[in-house]
Amino acid sequence: MARSPHMSRQEFVSIVAAAAGTIMGAIIGIPAIGYLITPALQKISADAWIAAGSVANYPVGIPTLFNFNRTKVNGWEKTVNSYGVFIIPHEDGSILALSNKCTHLSCRVNWDPELSDYVCPCHNAHFGIDGQIISGPQPRPLDPYETKIEEGNLFIHFIGS
Amino acid sequence: MFQKTFNWLDERLGLNTIYNTVLDRKVPKVNWWFTLGSASLFLFLLQGITGIMLSVYYVPSPDHAYDSIQYIMTGVSFGWLIRGIHHWGASLMVLIVFIHMLRTYYFGAYKYPREFTWVTGVLLLLLTLGMGFTGYLLPWNQRAYWATTVGTSIAGTVPFIGNFINMVLRGGSDLSAVTLARFFSVHIWWFPALIAGLIGVHLYMVIRLGISSLPKEED
Repeated sequence: MARSPHMSRQEFVSIVAAAAGTIMGAIIGIPAIGYLITPALQKISADAWIAAGSVANYPVGIPTLFNFNRTKVNGWEKTVNSYGVFIIPHEDGSILALSNKCTHLSCRVNWDPELSDYVCPCHNAHFGIDGQIISGPQPRPLDPYETKIEEGNLFIHFIGS
Repeated sequence: MFQKTFNWLDERLGLNTIYNTVLDRKVPKVNWWFTLGSASLFLFLLQGITGIMLSVYYVPSPDHAYDSIQYIMTGVSFGWLIRGIHHWGASLMVLIVFIHMLRTYYFGAYKYPREFTWVTGVLLLLLTLGMGFTGYLLPWNQRAYWATTVGTSIAGTVPFIGNFINMVLRGGSDLSAVTLARFFSVHIWWFPALIAGLIGVHLYMVIRLGISSLPKEED
């Protein structure tokens, strides 16, 4: 038989089989890969403005501890973390909010009114009223939070960790 | 290139021999009822693959089992599809394996020399039902909990040793975290391993003995 100028039956079947196989592979493979890599693609945004009550509750010039909880969801697990913030209203009306987490090893610092210092109970780190380093092993001042006041109420900008 | 690689492998592994023995063996004239064994095997493999996929996210603990499945269904891409296939595939597998058994019985295919194939088939049917029973508890919802409570209670009605069997199944007197963990273990390790091994024996005999032809008028 003379060789046909068109593709042979075998070539045609091979091409169709390869195409059909590719489509079926994609139909099975794409959901499978999507299923496995989903957690890597999900972004957990924990940014929030935390209501800290009326500004009038916080005496001027005295650090007052404000505690709040944030729930973090990872897949099927919910973790509740608690955070502490020292609120220090200044004479000029500005408000400083400082994390009570020591920048050394994350122990919680306490305000000592006699020393006018924040003191960390773990390794005796001392911070000044505005969070600046006084003495101790801490590498940096206490971390400040952004604040805003709306209709006399204080809000703290929590940036998820 | 491909031919060369294949020949190299074939010389060492005997791939052509395997192909000829397994797929090109002589079979009598058969009909669609003879495809049920292959369908059962396919469903077993499908359940295996989707089951392995589900185990990526499922947690066999009373605290997290239900939530982890909610996460699979709503939080993971195509999780609903993979769980759906595993869920419906399970029912379909019980159905297909059962019809496979009926076909073997009605066609008299269990007779000499295939009695032992039949025995392994019965074990495979029972293990398939066992997979259904153990898998049913894993979602840890109300239906799962009470179905297993009832199922293990039925096992508890066996004379004399019933209570002991019930305790062994539950891992204690009540359904608990222990029950969930042992059902999970049986569902993903013990029974699948047994089924895979028995399928090997079952198929070895199918290939060694060939399949029986359709019964004739005089049979």
